[in-house]
Amino acid sequence: MTQKLTANLPQTRQASTLASPFASRRVRAWLSSTLAYLLMTALAFVFMIPLLWMLSTSLKERWEIMAWPPQWVPTDPQWQNYIEAFTRYPMGRFMLNSALLVVINVIGELLAVPLVAYGFARLRFPGKRGLFILVIATMMIPRHAMLIPLFTIYQRLGWIDTYLPLTVSAFFGGPFFIFLLVQYMRTLPRDLDDAARIDGAGTWTILYRVLLPLCKPPLAIIVVYTFWGTWNDFLHPLIFLNSFETYPVQVGLAMFRGRYSVEWHLFMAATLVSILPILVLYFFVQKQLIGGIASVGLKG
Amino acid sequence: MSTLSRTLASRTRREALEGYLSISPWLIGFLLFTLGPILATVYLGFTQWTITQPATWVGLDNYTRMFTRDPLFWQALKVTSLYVLLSLPLKLICGLALSLLLNLKVRGMHVYRTIFYIPAVISGVAVSLMWIWLLQPDTGVVNTLLDLVGIQGPGWFWDPQWALPSVALMSVWSVGGSAVIYLAGLQNIPPHLYEAAEIDGAGSLARFWRITLPLLTPTLFFQLVVEMIDSFRVFTQAFVITQGGPLKATYFYLYYFYQEAFQNFNMGYASALALFLMIVILVATLLVNATSRHWVYYEAETEGAR
Repeated sequence: MTQKLTANLPQTRQASTLASPFASRRVRAWLSSTLAYLLMTALAFVFMIPLLWMLSTSLKERWEIMAWPPQWVPTDPQWQNYIEAFTRYPMGRFMLNSALLVVINVIGELLAVPLVAYGFARLRFPGKRGLFILVIATMMIPRHAMLIPLFTIYQRLGWIDTYLPLTVSAFFGGPFFIFLLVQYMRTLPRDLDDAARIDGAGTWTILYRVLLPLCKPPLAIIVVYTFWGTWNDFLHPLIFLNSFETYPVQVGLAMFRGRYSVEWHLFMAATLVSILPILVLYFFVQKQLIGGIASVGLKG
Repeated sequence: MSTLSRTLASRTRREALEGYLSISPWLIGFLLFTLGPILATVYLGFTQWTITQPATWVGLDNYTRMFTRDPLFWQALKVTSLYVLLSLPLKLICGLALSLLLNLKVRGMHVYRTIFYIPAVISGVAVSLMWIWLLQPDTGVVNTLLDLVGIQGPGWFWDPQWALPSVALMSVWSVGGSAVIYLAGLQNIPPHLYEAAEIDGAGSLARFWRITLPLLTPTLFFQLVVEMIDSFRVFTQAFVITQGGPLKATYFYLYYFYQEAFQNFNMGYASALALFLMIVILVATLLVNATSRHWVYYEAETEGAR
């Protein structure tokens, strides 16, 4: 009934104002949407120029990369540049290193974060409020403030030049992820827990059998963000690693820029390859992500 | 009655125990990776320590050196503050403008959203390397394109005047990240407000200033804090693109810290530097937070619902 009412309302309103400006209104709507398309297409093109130029450079021959006027489409695409990039720079090694770090960090976060978030979202214990505020506060603390003591500790433990400094902390749960999952769990009705408890489920069964299966959206965000964060991290591997064959892809590329004169067509090929996993992941998750990112993170 | 209260008490005790157990990973991690190291940094800030020799207590000497005898510190602070002042408004305005575009109700919008968000997911080294190539003064594509329309492009990263603005401009490229967050804020604005305003004859500008902007202030506030903290922590661009140059024009604070700590191994002095930046970020955040009462609009409804 109410549905019918609201559905009818705009129509009646329109009918009264509609008589003569009918055509001009449609024209205006058409014009403004066309204008919007034009504007956004132009803007999207501008935004993509850097990546397109990188792609174009990576497919050129050496003499062609500085040609004037700039050649957008290479005359004869040099796909073998990519093969050469892999042989010139140890890209395969770098990428595998990064992938290994990603896998370990994702496992770490997925083990720790749900457990911690469950405690904050569902269980009652003294001091919970204060501790949760502490979780939020640690999100704000810049990580560089901890670097020097951590570096010296890792050095004493013999962890420098291993992946331990870059992975261990994930197994204790990142504060942002904990916050994210707590906020999400709080939106799940408590009746679920109660019903499961009446059926004889214990505390941990409720977490792993009842609540977590419902937390797929925030868990997906945790996986994706951990992937990106680890793949893009530069400062930490730069500090904690010092042999070439351990470098993840970011540090590897930066070192090549520093040490050798750069052959840009090969170097752009290598750089493009380095962002490819991120782009692929992005295209798989973008629909959920762009809708979900902010609304999961910001509400509350 | 007493057995009931006893079982209740044991249940609360058990739940508390389980509670502590479940948050223990975070708690241990907090002590080991955050609180402990921060306290150590505070202590080390009062010492002179060069890794090879044991740390010696020097009191406030590191801090007096920073403020009175270290021109590099002031340069780094100046560069970083300038960058924050330059890039923050730029990113906020561009992000907001983009989000308004992305909020238009036209078909195929998700394609555009996907495109504009791409730069936000690739970050750091790859982006820096890309811009080095694009902004080459003589052969870069940007200056070549400017040339075609009769503008002589600047020396970008290689010109002391232009280096810092170049880094700020470069950050605008990834503004799609914040635009998506504004977009979520925009989509949370109840449509009936716009309908009511339209009936009252409000134009689109008035609707933006009177409805959109006020209701978006919580999101703006959140983004302002996040991006401010981010802007204070620029490192990769300085390391990869400019090495702090030319003429220290991009000598970002964190880059200075990195050089002192991990290249010169002045761990004591670097700890003082690190701590000072943390305090600057903290104070800046608190200041923004203090002003928020005057410009951040919280709907009475959401407040009541808590």
